[in-house]
Amino acid sequence: MADVPILKQGSYLIASIQSMLTDTDLLTLRNKLVEQVGRLRSRGVIIDVTVLDVMDSFAARTLRDTAHMVKLRGAQTVIVGIQPEVALAMVQLGLTLEGVATTLDLEEGLSYLNRSTREMA
Amino acid sequence: MTNEIRVPVNSDTDIVEARRLGRMLASKLGFSSSDLAMIATAISELARNIVVYARGGEIILKLVEDQSRRGIVVIAADRGPGIVDVARALQVGYSTSGSLGLGLPGTRRLMDEFEIASVVGKGTTVTVKKWVA
Repeated sequence: MADVPILKQGSYLIASIQSMLTDTDLLTLRNKLVEQVGRLRSRGVIIDVTVLDVMDSFAARTLRDTAHMVKLRGAQTVIVGIQPEVALAMVQLGLTLEGVATTLDLEEGLSYLNRSTREMA
Repeated sequence: MTNEIRVPVNSDTDIVEARRLGRMLASKLGFSSSDLAMIATAISELARNIVVYARGGEIILKLVEDQSRRGIVVIAADRGPGIVDVARALQVGYSTSGSLGLGLPGTRRLMDEFEIASVVGKGTTVTVKKWVA
């Protein structure tokens, strides 16, 4: 069971995936983020998947669900760091992460949140 | 280290293990990182189908040689309920059905060869292969 560290940076939460996650780990991450967004009154969530070497249908679905659940609680989610070979495999498999914001890396993710939360205010 | 590994697949931790072992075995043949990602993703999808629909089975990973080319074979076998309409299952992918379905068309696109045999009430076996370019 892998624990994903979630750091608070101002009004954002940054979840940095460190290793291969099981389905259960992904669900735990989803639930923790949805809960913490409320408790810490976060406006944005970044999920950093740089380290993931596989994004399969369950991971894509769970990340999408996370983004939707977080949105229902008033915060914006960005997935960052999808690697080139992972992007290729995702497209072959037909996974689009449609409706979920993605940026190249953490830095771009923070810029994106700064822009979109400014618009929301 | 042999060229064949059998991975029992019963829970979500087994999915990660099957992926890890598949990637490790395939890397012995010099697949590109893109190919390794595709192989690992295909294994993940097939293993998950076993866990979710069959409640248990196994994945066999084998390195093979065929005349001048080398590759990996992944056999995902279960004794689950079987697929009633295989033809339809081969048409319904993640992009067409949202979150439902077995992702078979996508899994087929990830690999070079794809075969499926399913008998209702007996089980399903999916065999996929990828060759080193």
